[in-house]
Amino acid sequence: MENNSSNPSSPDSLQTIALVGNPNAGKSTLFNALTGLNQKTANFPGVTVDKKSGFFRIKNEISFTSYRLVDLPGTYSLYPKSLDERVTGEVLLDRKGIDYPDLIIAVADSTNLKRNLLLITQLIDLQIPMVLVLNMADEAKKNGVLIDTQLLAEELGIAVVEMNSRKGVGVEELKQLIKTVAVPKKNFIAQVGEESYAAYLQKQLLSENSADKQLERSEAKETLARYSKIKELIARTVRYEGKAKVIERSDRIDKMITHPLMGFLIFLGVLFIVFQTIFFVAEFPMTWIEDLFAWSGNHLTSLLPEGFLNDLLVKGIWAGLSGVVVFVPQIALLFAFISLLEDSGYMARVSFMMDRLMRQVGLNGRSVIPLISGVACAVPAIMGTRTISNMKERMITIMITPLMSCSARLPVYTLLISLLVDDGEGSGFFNRKGLYLFMMYLLGFVMAMLVALVMKFILKAKERSFFIMELPVYRLPQLKTVLITMYIKVKVFLWDAGRVIIVVSIVLWLLSSYGPSGRFEAIDAKYNALIEQSDSLQKDSLNTLMASEKLEASFVGIIGKGIEPAIRPLGFDWKIGISLITSFAAREVFVGTMATIYSSGDDENTLRIRDRMRAEINPATGKKRYDEAVCWSLMIFYAFAMQCVSTLAVVFRETKSYKWVFIQFLYMSVLAYVGSWITYSILS
Amino acid sequence: MDTMADLQPGDKATIVSFTDDELSLKLLEMGCIPGEEIIFKKKAPLGCPVSIEVAGYLLSLRKAEAATVIVNCGK
Repeated sequence: MENNSSNPSSPDSLQTIALVGNPNAGKSTLFNALTGLNQKTANFPGVTVDKKSGFFRIKNEISFTSYRLVDLPGTYSLYPKSLDERVTGEVLLDRKGIDYPDLIIAVADSTNLKRNLLLITQLIDLQIPMVLVLNMADEAKKNGVLIDTQLLAEELGIAVVEMNSRKGVGVEELKQLIKTVAVPKKNFIAQVGEESYAAYLQKQLLSENSADKQLERSEAKETLARYSKIKELIARTVRYEGKAKVIERSDRIDKMITHPLMGFLIFLGVLFIVFQTIFFVAEFPMTWIEDLFAWSGNHLTSLLPEGFLNDLLVKGIWAGLSGVVVFVPQIALLFAFISLLEDSGYMARVSFMMDRLMRQVGLNGRSVIPLISGVACAVPAIMGTRTISNMKERMITIMITPLMSCSARLPVYTLLISLLVDDGEGSGFFNRKGLYLFMMYLLGFVMAMLVALVMKFILKAKERSFFIMELPVYRLPQLKTVLITMYIKVKVFLWDAGRVIIVVSIVLWLLSSYGPSGRFEAIDAKYNALIEQSDSLQKDSLNTLMASEKLEASFVGIIGKGIEPAIRPLGFDWKIGISLITSFAAREVFVGTMATIYSSGDDENTLRIRDRMRAEINPATGKKRYDEAVCWSLMIFYAFAMQCVSTLAVVFRETKSYKWVFIQFLYMSVLAYVGSWITYSILS
Repeated sequence: MDTMADLQPGDKATIVSFTDDELSLKLLEMGCIPGEEIIFKKKAPLGCPVSIEVAGYLLSLRKAEAATVIVNCGK
C-alpha cells in the first residue's frame, strides 16, 4: 500500500534510498533520526514482513531534494536464510520493483567490523550507488577498535561516515554525502563463473527452496573467498588495542540476567510488571476513554434530531469507534515494554533462557511476552508477535494466543461462577470462587500449549528452525525509539484493524436494534400506551421490559432462535444463543446482553442479573436453567470460542491471509463446541 | 576431534570445519570462519542453547547446532 502522494515534492525529484545492514547494527535509530515521525509501517508485498518507509529532505543551494527511505529487514548476507532476509535480496535485485533503490545506505556496527563487512562487500558488488555508515563509532573506540575511516573508504571505493546514531552524531555528514553518492569504484568478487555477481545472486534466490547442494557449496566457497579479502582489508585499516570494555560490561550483566536462579526470578519480575501494567494500569485510561465516548455520545444524541440517523451515528458508529480506541492504552503500553526490552538487549536473553522450554511445543523464547500479554488482551499480544522472526513459530504463537484467558472473559466467568457458588460460602484464600476462576485461567493456558504442540507437527516450516542468534551488548534504551514505536503501532492498529472492527460492530448493532418490519412498531405501540398511564417508577421497568422484548424480536433474536437446535446439546437456549452472537463485539457484552434479556435494566448491577438468571426455569425439565452443567458448559465455551472480532481483525492484519483467520476461527469453534458438549453431557 | 558442543564455560578453541552444509553457511555469515578463535561463554540455565564469543561479539546457538562445528581446543 504505497502512497506517494504524501511526499512533499514532485515524483521526479523523489529518490528511493534502501537502508541495509546486519540486525542490531542500529538501522532503526538511524531510520528514526532521518525521518522522525514522518514514517509508516506496511507489509512487503506478499509477505508479512514489516516494511518501514519514511520521507526526509535535504537542502540544496536553491531548493530541497526529497528522499523516500525504505528500511530493509536486517540480514547478515544476501543469501537468505529466512523470509525476512529474502525480502532484502529481492528488493535489491529487482530493478523494476517500486522499492529498487537509487542509492543504498549501508549500516555497519563498528565494534564488529569483520562480520559486518561480509554484507557490505556483497552490496558493493551489486554496483548500486552506496554510502557506508560506521555506526557505534564511539563504542568501538571504547572497545579498543580503531578504524582508519579514510583508508577504509579508499579501499572499499565508497564514501564512509562515522556515526553514533543514538546521539545523532554524523547524521548531518551523512546527508551531505547522500547528495554526491556514487557507484562503488571497486569490486570484490565481480564475477562468479561466467556471470556478474548480481546475476549469480538472482539465480541463488530463485533456487532457494530446492536446497541445492551444489549452490550451497558455491555460496560457502564464495563467502570464504570474501572473508579472506576482508581479513586483509581489516589488517590494513583497523588496529585493536586495549580491552573490550563494552563487552566486558555486558558479560557482567549477563552473569546475573541469565543466572539459573536469578535469571528466572528477574524474568518473572519483568513478566509481572508487564502483566500488571496491561491488566490494571491500562484500565484507568481505558475507563476515561469509555466515559469520554459515552459522555460525548449523549451530547450528540441530544444535539441531533431523533431518528435512525441519530441512532446510527451514536449507538452504531460512535460506540464502534469507542470499542476501537479503547484498545489504545493496552497497545501503547505493551509496545513501550517490547521496545524497551528489545532495545536494551534483554529480549534476546529471554529467547536464550526460554528456548529449551518453548521449542518443545513449537514456540520461540520470544513467544512468552505475547502469551502473557494475552492474559490481558489478545489484540496487542498478537501485534507483539512480530519480534518472532521464524514464521512457523510466529504463526503458532498467533494461533494460540486467543486461548489465553483475556480480561474480557473475566466478567463472564465472574457472573457464571457467582451462579455456581453461593455468597454465603467463606471468602477465605482458597474459596471455591477463586479456585474456579484459577481453573479457567489454567485451562486456557493448558489448551494453548496442547494446540501449539499439535500445530508443531501439522504446520510445515518454510524455513529451517535455527537458533543461531546474536546476543547484542546491553544498551540503554532510547526514549525516542520507545515513543516512535508506540505511536507507529497505535496508528497501524487504528487504521488497519480499526476499520474492520467498526464495520462489524455497526452490523452487530443494526442486527440487534432492528427486526423485520412491523414487529418493533407493534412493541412500541403496546408499551407506549402502558407507559403513558404509569408513574415514573413503573416507566423504568416498562422500558426495560420493552428493550428485552425488542431484542427478542430483532434480527439477532431471530438468529438466536434459529441456532437453538444447534446449541441445545450444549445446554444452551435461544437466550444464550443471542448472547453468543452479540459477544462477537467483545466477550464481556455477554453480561450486558443477559441484562437486557432478563430485563434487569442497569447492566452494572450484576447481582440483579444473577438473581434473574438463577430464577430462570428450564421449561423442558422444570428445574433451574442455569444449573451446574449449563454454567460450566458456558464457561468452557467462552474459554475456547473465538468470539472476538477485534482479534480476528488483528490476526488478518498480522498474517495477511483469510486462510489463517478462518483456521483460527474454525479450530477454536470446534474446541468450544466439543468441549461444551462433553462438559454438559458429563454434568447433566 | 571435539565439537563446539563439547566445550565447557571458559574454554578457548579454534574453529576447524563444519559437518552440516546448510548450517555452515549460516555460521559463516555470522563470523564463524575456520581458523577463527572462539571462547565458550556459558550454557543457558536449562543447558541449551549455549553462548560463545566469536569475532568480537556474543553468539548464541543450540547445542545440536554447536555439535556441527568441529573445533581444536589445543588439548
